[in-house]
Amino acid sequence: MKALRFGRHAAIAVIAAGALALTSCGSDNATGTAPAGTQGGSGPKVTGTLTGIGASSTGAAMDAWKAGFASANQGATVQYSPDGSGAGRKAIIDGSAQFAGSDAYLKDEELESSKAVCGPDGAINIPVYISPIAVAFNLPGVTELKLDAPTVAKIFRGEIANWNDPAIAALNEGVSLPDLKVTPVNRSDDSGTTTNFTEYLAAAAPEVWTDKASGVWPAALQGENAKGTSGVVKTVTDTPGAITYADDSAVGGSLGTASIKVGEEFVKISAEAAAKAVEAGSPVEGRSENDVAIKLDRKTAASGAYPIVLVSYHVVCSAYDSQETVDLVKAFENYVVSEEGQQAAADSAKSAPLSSSLTEKATAAIESIKVKS
Amino acid sequence: MTATTLTSTQGAGRAGDKIFSGAALAAGCLILAVLFGVALFLVVQAIPALTAPSAEIQGGEGFFAYIWPIVIGTLIAAVIALVIATPIAIGVALFISHFAPRRLAAGLGYVVDLLAAIPSVIYGAWGAAFLAKEISPAYNWLAANMGWLPIFQGPASATGKTILTAGIVLSVMVLPIITSLSREIFLQTPKLHEEAALALGATRWEMIKMSVLPFARPGIISAVMLGLGRALGETMAVALVLSSGALTASLIQSGNQTIAAEIALNFPEASGLKVSTLVAAGLVLFIITLAVNMVARWIISRHKEFSGAN
Repeated sequence: MKALRFGRHAAIAVIAAGALALTSCGSDNATGTAPAGTQGGSGPKVTGTLTGIGASSTGAAMDAWKAGFASANQGATVQYSPDGSGAGRKAIIDGSAQFAGSDAYLKDEELESSKAVCGPDGAINIPVYISPIAVAFNLPGVTELKLDAPTVAKIFRGEIANWNDPAIAALNEGVSLPDLKVTPVNRSDDSGTTTNFTEYLAAAAPEVWTDKASGVWPAALQGENAKGTSGVVKTVTDTPGAITYADDSAVGGSLGTASIKVGEEFVKISAEAAAKAVEAGSPVEGRSENDVAIKLDRKTAASGAYPIVLVSYHVVCSAYDSQETVDLVKAFENYVVSEEGQQAAADSAKSAPLSSSLTEKATAAIESIKVKS
Repeated sequence: MTATTLTSTQGAGRAGDKIFSGAALAAGCLILAVLFGVALFLVVQAIPALTAPSAEIQGGEGFFAYIWPIVIGTLIAAVIALVIATPIAIGVALFISHFAPRRLAAGLGYVVDLLAAIPSVIYGAWGAAFLAKEISPAYNWLAANMGWLPIFQGPASATGKTILTAGIVLSVMVLPIITSLSREIFLQTPKLHEEAALALGATRWEMIKMSVLPFARPGIISAVMLGLGRALGETMAVALVLSSGALTASLIQSGNQTIAAEIALNFPEASGLKVSTLVAAGLVLFIITLAVNMVARWIISRHKEFSGAN
């Protein structure tokens, strides 16, 4: 507990100190908030250090981006400390990081308070990482199931106690369902995966899932839980009859995954289906035109869209103090949303690449970043 | 010449004394300052959670409604750990100090101390990946045969990741603390007492009952309290092992949560008021631990006459 608390503060302190040190020896930037950007010249290559804080869910993708960006830009490095989405959003608002990774876009009040550091337009959200969330189960002899939102909600609320329940059987004709207790397993830690999963249930099965969407599993519900994605997957793998929700990249081995009913058809989980669901979303209302925050339509009936999906953002300022920082942020974010960057993330984290229209919007938003006037 | 030597030694001694007493004073003040700093941090950070409208606290019913189930959960886990560990630890300590052949005793002592050197995350991983799975048939048996007891009420957890499993893992973790301290205390029992008891015709067990245990009682209590402190504050092992949930009486269903694990699981993604709520939970744990230690001190001071120190 203590180690954790002090660890986080220490990490921030170290980063802050590092940024300060770099500033003091690298450039004559007087504000002390931006990292050193030595004169990069006219070419697209940039140098300097970019500091980010944020979600741990994108950790694997972030590592790939850091490596890819550094190899394309000699002398430029990106530091990212995976302290959590909340910590990241806090850091961008108080100016201790140049960008934040977050499993949720900035709330309206966070956007408002970001204007102090990020200029009159505040911070903007750029979608960088799309990850489908699998409904994974351990049923001996069954690797594929078809489920609809109310059934999934009932299973996770403990209202369906046995796998041979008529509600499941009705959706899965021809599958021999065992007489086995259903053990729903959820995340014990506060998690963006839980937020997105409960958001889907609350939107698609409101009559069953009466709780609000939240990163913390509703405490009143009976059920097992485990820490982290690896924890729930391990627990389900060890327990016949268990079912969980987890990032698709972590599900493997003997676990089966459920196809989810969308409109009139059942959609199997895949990167393409996840990207399609994001495509079907709409821009969040009341944001500047350069903010690419997406309101997902969980009830979408779009053909082939898989609606249980997590979108992770990079939150960046719409304006920075120095040209060096602007160049650095633009170069990095452009790389991240580029085909190359998305492919690197897909290879290392099995995320779903952004669709081309989304990439276009993201690129336009990145290009709008400017120096504070 | 002797006089000169003496004088110079005394001179050096005075300077040394001053330095030493100064260093000791600084160390003493430092620990107070650290403790005060931690307490101050906790209070300042916790105030928003304590003063916030109850609807905004996680769960929507205020801080008290949020904290008391996990306080009870913390105590349940710690009590399970102590109930299991204390008799075993005293038995092991007695065996090492009074029964085992000398060479075996030394080896056994090292092994027990080694248990304390294992990181708690290893215990947690062991509990979550191995113990929980292996112990769940036993829980099913308990639910079937002793289910009339509220603490063994079924249906048992299918994963075995219950507060009882967490308590068992904790008991292994506090075992070396209680054992080492008790062993040291048992070894300090005045030989004359033991020999007098034996000379009066007592058996070995009677000798231990009459001379060793009464002499060691405050020591055992403080050992248990130290173990309790560890069990109350243990974070990683519980976070990994326990399938947490609402407060439940049954020890073999999933449910219950401890303060330390609650903080560890939720802190990384927390922001705003949630951070304050978790820090306030930390403050509560801090107060509980402080109270436990003060009670232990008080018990020991009541039994001062037995203390090996005088």
